[in-house]
Amino acid sequence: MTLAPAIEVHDLVVGYDALNAVRGVSFTLPRGGRMGLVGESGSGKSMTALALMGLSPTGWHAAGQVLHDGVDLITETDTSFSKRRGRTISMVFQDPMSSLNPVRRVGDQIADVIHRHSKVSRREAMKQALDLMVQMNMPRPEQLARSYPHQISGGQKQRIMIAMALACYPQLIIADEPTTALDVTVQKQVLRLLNAAARDRNTALLMITHDLPVIAAMCDTVAVMYAGRIVEHGPVQEVFRSPRHHYTRGLLDSQPTMDNIALDGSSRLGSIPGMVPPLHNLPTGCAFHPRCAAASEKCRAEMPELGANGAACWHPVKEKAE
Amino acid sequence: MTLSTRDPILAMQGVTQSYGLQRTSLFAPPSSFKVLDSIDFDVCAGEAVGLVGESGAGKTTLTRILIGMERPQQGRLIFEGNDVWSATPAERERFRRSVQMVLQNPRSSLDPRMRIGTALLEPMRSLRIEGDHIKRLHEVLEQVGLDKSALERFPHEFSGGQLQRIAIARALMPNPRVLVADEPVSALDVSIQAQVLNLLRDLVRDLNLGLVFIAHDLSVVAYTTSRVSVIAAGRIVEVGQPVELFTRPTAAATRNLVDAVLTVEAGLEGKAL
Repeated sequence: MTLAPAIEVHDLVVGYDALNAVRGVSFTLPRGGRMGLVGESGSGKSMTALALMGLSPTGWHAAGQVLHDGVDLITETDTSFSKRRGRTISMVFQDPMSSLNPVRRVGDQIADVIHRHSKVSRREAMKQALDLMVQMNMPRPEQLARSYPHQISGGQKQRIMIAMALACYPQLIIADEPTTALDVTVQKQVLRLLNAAARDRNTALLMITHDLPVIAAMCDTVAVMYAGRIVEHGPVQEVFRSPRHHYTRGLLDSQPTMDNIALDGSSRLGSIPGMVPPLHNLPTGCAFHPRCAAASEKCRAEMPELGANGAACWHPVKEKAE
Repeated sequence: MTLSTRDPILAMQGVTQSYGLQRTSLFAPPSSFKVLDSIDFDVCAGEAVGLVGESGAGKTTLTRILIGMERPQQGRLIFEGNDVWSATPAERERFRRSVQMVLQNPRSSLDPRMRIGTALLEPMRSLRIEGDHIKRLHEVLEQVGLDKSALERFPHEFSGGQLQRIAIARALMPNPRVLVADEPVSALDVSIQAQVLNLLRDLVRDLNLGLVFIAHDLSVVAYTTSRVSVIAAGRIVEVGQPVELFTRPTAAATRNLVDAVLTVEAGLEGKAL
């Protein structure tokens, strides 16, 4: 018998008034699976994440189907959703400074999650919290647990956030730019911890980021979002090695790598001309066509759907002969 | 090109800077913290140099001294052969015009209530530069690849990448010889990052500018510059060509930074973490 997927999203639409930031997103993430959602600011990736957590901003609407733990999260009431957050599905936010309670000790904040969702005493919850801090490789956990958020470093705060997300063995963790606010040298340590912790618990991971190397390091599959839609979706190895969508190609070409450094000035980074279109002024047809070198009449007129090759493009990039 | 002469336009020599710490005992003298420790750093015309280091390594203090915002307690800041802090007023003014800065986040470094045209003319006014400012405005817009229509608009009408172009344009207005860019792309989207990095490289080449590029991401610095200094705990621990540093880092701090660089390639091979 196979378990139901950690999350199944069908045709998710998120927006306010007549403007939709997410325009029909579908994907399935199996138990213990790793998916990356890549996109630039304004692509709708964070709005997708918030909608999955039932945290869309006031005045925003979410439609479609989000199947998780046997229920459709879109229709779930606020009260039952708040019993679910942190238990079966949890989230790690980008900025740990603003997502921890500044006037409560960090150890208590982890224990709160455990105490709320599992029927254990406060003392037991605190003990489990300390265990989690040890697993997060935090030195002197007893002393750190008594600290307030402003007394510890950004990397440690993000470890506390991850510990809180892991505390109740959720089926799914959504991590929205978990390392963007951290120092580069700390970034890798935090990713390693998240990686190991999710693997040990068989927790599915949805990584939301604009950082392609992070996706390559952490995920099995990747979905590339542009202007509210998934424009390319597939295994990381295939999508990153031979992208079929011109937008994915462009993103990969604009990464500084050893190769374009080594050539010392003679090579140039590829860049995508123009900018991400605003919601109220989306181009017709394929939303990427004004920035795309391969755009034709058809691209201006008709919106492409995700094809069998994993890309929503009328003129997919040809397989590179290497 | 004046590259061959190797006479730095802007240089720091033996700069040491410390900040006083709070007194811990009534009887002990207050201790101090050395933020920078005998730093030597320079940039030539037409050369892009990088400065990398973790947060807290002293990058910001070094930058503040480099642009003359802070006076070094020991050591000297030399611009075109003269010590900036003992120079004549005329020389000081020339220094202030010639060394310009581009900040990390263009959204907070441009006044939201000021039209772009006015914002670009601001340095000309505050530095009391004479001449045909409108002509200069059009020259600079062309150098950074912006349309004239931008002048009439407000910052909120632009994307982050375009705003960073505008910030670069503002820094270029007084016709500087050195541009100091502090994390100029870390607030930008990936596809836009490349546009700005390419622009900076072109400016160095076309205008014979000296560029000081400060960042914590070694791969971005390596792409833009030809010489990189690594700073750790207030000391420059290693200087070299980016490729050298990448392939044969000697200092521990450099190794940490090189180690921290994640690439798509390493991730695909499963060697990233």
